[in-house]
Amino acid sequence: MMHIPTWRRALIWLVCLGGLLFALPNLFYDRVERSNDARAVIETGLSDAELQAEAGLWPEWLPSGLVNLGLDLRGGAHLLAEVQVEEVYAARMEAMWPEVRDALAAQRDKVGFVTREEGGDPSELRVRISEASEAATALEIVRGLATPVASLTGGGANDIDVRAEGPEIIVTLSEAERAATDDRTIRQALEIVRRRIDEVGTREPTIQRQGEDRILIEVPGVGSAEEVKEIIGTTAQLTFQPVVSRTSDANENPGPNNEILPSLDEQGVYYILERNPVVTGEELVDAQPAFDQNGRPAVNFRFNPTGARAFGDYTAENIGSPFAIVLDEEVISAPVIQSHIPGGSGIITGNFTVEESTQLAVLLRAGALPAGLEFLEERTIGPELGADSIEAGKLAAMVGALAVIVFMILTYGLFGVFATVALTINMILIFAVLSILGATLTLPGIAGIVLTMGMAVDANVLVYERIREELKTARGPARAIDLGYEKALSAILDGNVTTLITALILFLVGSGPVRGFAVTLGLGILTSVFTAIFVTRLLIVMWFERRRPKTIEV
Amino acid sequence: MRLRIVPDDTKIDFFRAAKITFGASVLAMVVSIIAALALGLNFGIDFQGGTTIRTESESAVDVGEYRNAIAPLGLGDVIITEVFDPSFGDDKNVASVRIQAQDGAESVSAETIAAVEAALQGVDPTVSFPSVESVGPKVSGELIQSAIFAVLGSLAAILFYIWLRFEWQFAVGAIAALVHDVTLTIGIFAAFQIKFDLAIIAALLTIVGYSINDTVVVFDRARENLRKYKTMPLRDLLNLSANETLSRTVMTSGTTLLALLALLVLGGDVIRGFVFAIFWGVIVGTYSSIYVAKNIVLMLGVKRDWDKKDDPKAGTQFANIDA
Repeated sequence: MMHIPTWRRALIWLVCLGGLLFALPNLFYDRVERSNDARAVIETGLSDAELQAEAGLWPEWLPSGLVNLGLDLRGGAHLLAEVQVEEVYAARMEAMWPEVRDALAAQRDKVGFVTREEGGDPSELRVRISEASEAATALEIVRGLATPVASLTGGGANDIDVRAEGPEIIVTLSEAERAATDDRTIRQALEIVRRRIDEVGTREPTIQRQGEDRILIEVPGVGSAEEVKEIIGTTAQLTFQPVVSRTSDANENPGPNNEILPSLDEQGVYYILERNPVVTGEELVDAQPAFDQNGRPAVNFRFNPTGARAFGDYTAENIGSPFAIVLDEEVISAPVIQSHIPGGSGIITGNFTVEESTQLAVLLRAGALPAGLEFLEERTIGPELGADSIEAGKLAAMVGALAVIVFMILTYGLFGVFATVALTINMILIFAVLSILGATLTLPGIAGIVLTMGMAVDANVLVYERIREELKTARGPARAIDLGYEKALSAILDGNVTTLITALILFLVGSGPVRGFAVTLGLGILTSVFTAIFVTRLLIVMWFERRRPKTIEV
Repeated sequence: MRLRIVPDDTKIDFFRAAKITFGASVLAMVVSIIAALALGLNFGIDFQGGTTIRTESESAVDVGEYRNAIAPLGLGDVIITEVFDPSFGDDKNVASVRIQAQDGAESVSAETIAAVEAALQGVDPTVSFPSVESVGPKVSGELIQSAIFAVLGSLAAILFYIWLRFEWQFAVGAIAALVHDVTLTIGIFAAFQIKFDLAIIAALLTIVGYSINDTVVVFDRARENLRKYKTMPLRDLLNLSANETLSRTVMTSGTTLLALLALLVLGGDVIRGFVFAIFWGVIVGTYSSIYVAKNIVLMLGVKRDWDKKDDPKAGTQFANIDA
């Protein structure tokens, strides 16, 4: 008959109590959040009285997990960026050219003169030799430059494909190398974006790889997506290039292997530079904002040993000639080399403000993005709009809950009260699990919770209706209650499994707010089945044991 | 004294007007499809690309003036709609400005957005921009794909599950009801040109989940009754099952609609379309589980030997030895 073993009763109450404990911090959201923030700072080693006081806002022995508020509730920026991996192919081919030229030049008596065909697809390198009949030899030489792909999946494949078209030798990256390069590029870009956003120190940004070549960036609390884009920068590619000449004509022909770039702060001034840099920003180990001898803002930098050697050799050989510091295709400054700079450190001066020099140091320290980013999706949600949504959601949830409760009690009387208790526990459990998982609550997520409220009573309704039916035929109320639960179970399970399937698919396919909805809907289903099957039943049994009613009305 | 929306022991013949109800459903579906094809859906930027800027100002929104201010920028199609919500006071006037995806750019450039914002601030200095969302055509194309995949995928998964747990006739009936619900929801979005975005897809899937829940409860009872009344004609049996579960169906729809109604009125304008879709879907879903799913099962017929599995000898060479 209606018997629930003591251990199971204890377990059910324990789950409910645990739920209450873990849901509790959300009632004091602001307080707990400040305390958590302070604790995070203290953990990094910093500590003062103010931080300690902030940390003490919430007792340490209580759970302090909170439901994350989604961007649509908290406000912030959401960006989806695509990494332009093709740029890396082009850069690789660019770097390949001197190597190919030198290798072929060594066999000049056979292959003749070597020239590069420019202006085609930047992801391939086209080289023309004057002795077309020796194309096979040239092909052999260039193929000799290939190295095995450095990746686990590459499995023995070479990094370049080389083919001949008449007198032209065409070099492209191989399929395997492209895959390996793509992966490396995205990882690197991800890491750099993360470091740059962390440097600015906003709260809990989400930076995730999405699909093949995309990065999802969500930063709560910033004013606009534009700000985030500025923090990430475009590429911050730092190079030191030899200066050929200075000009005011943007369309001047720079000559082979040279390029023409504008000056950052002087209008109408252009520099013609050698295309191959002496050193690049990749060799930087440190960059700090500083001031030059005249007290103007500047940036101090230091190279790694390889960079320091190259920089030292170059400055020793070129005393008296200018070289250019180039950031993102713009010449920041082009000082004349005064003396040999051996230690690998130096200073970048320009017309900076303190803010700009700080920003530049951050960008340099974080390293250059390996490739440009194209933003496919940008969303900015203001914090007031989010706050409005929370308020509206709260109000709607309360009114909805009240309506459901009144309806249930009017219909089922005492059993309606049981269902109400179960509904309350259900809500608490949803928040508890959301907090434990650190899941994100979004505006559709709130809708999911309100919807769950409506649907959560369904399992109870199924049981109650069944008990009502069984009361007509069964012997006594205890038997009817038992049968009601027993027979309603399959409908409850089948009905909820199918809903769970759709929640799962929503979770897998959806993103952002929609995913938040899937989470609350799915969780709501699980907790409502738990409360209906275990909690309400326990309540009914306890009531029944105490009162021993001869008849019941459901 | 108890509230009883559905009296005990109803004996409604749900098939009496089967031709009319089923015909009405088919007609409604056809109308929905025609509406969707003829009027098209009012796709949001999620599916079409472009930018929406939400404006908020102290003085009333003058859509005409907004349009005149933006027109010189030459941004192509600009749709400006005023947004209403009971929670807005007199000094809170909200509009939504939508700009089509610009040629050659993935997301609308910062300069374009700044230009639009400056133009609007010229009309009304108090205007602020609580949200700016921009989606490039590349992403929107993929979002359409994954949305279609999500809806079809969930239908397939449910079809499979119901087939596993019931008989294939029930699975077909359930799916017919779901297709009916989804079509009618898309239809009403086309008819009223309500913005159709990613959230609406979530709503569609929720409707699918809700409606199948409703249908399964009736089917579960039918399965039980098929075992209990081995000789009752299928038509009577389905009617009996629907009547027995009618009270529950109405109760659950009632509580769900109550909760949704609160959300629809008080939940704010940002999710109103989403909530409306679910609200409508619950109504349609309840109807379809009573009037569509069962009709299909009745048309297809069901094999009546559910108990065979319980008899370990059934169907084996020893089946008749004891007889």
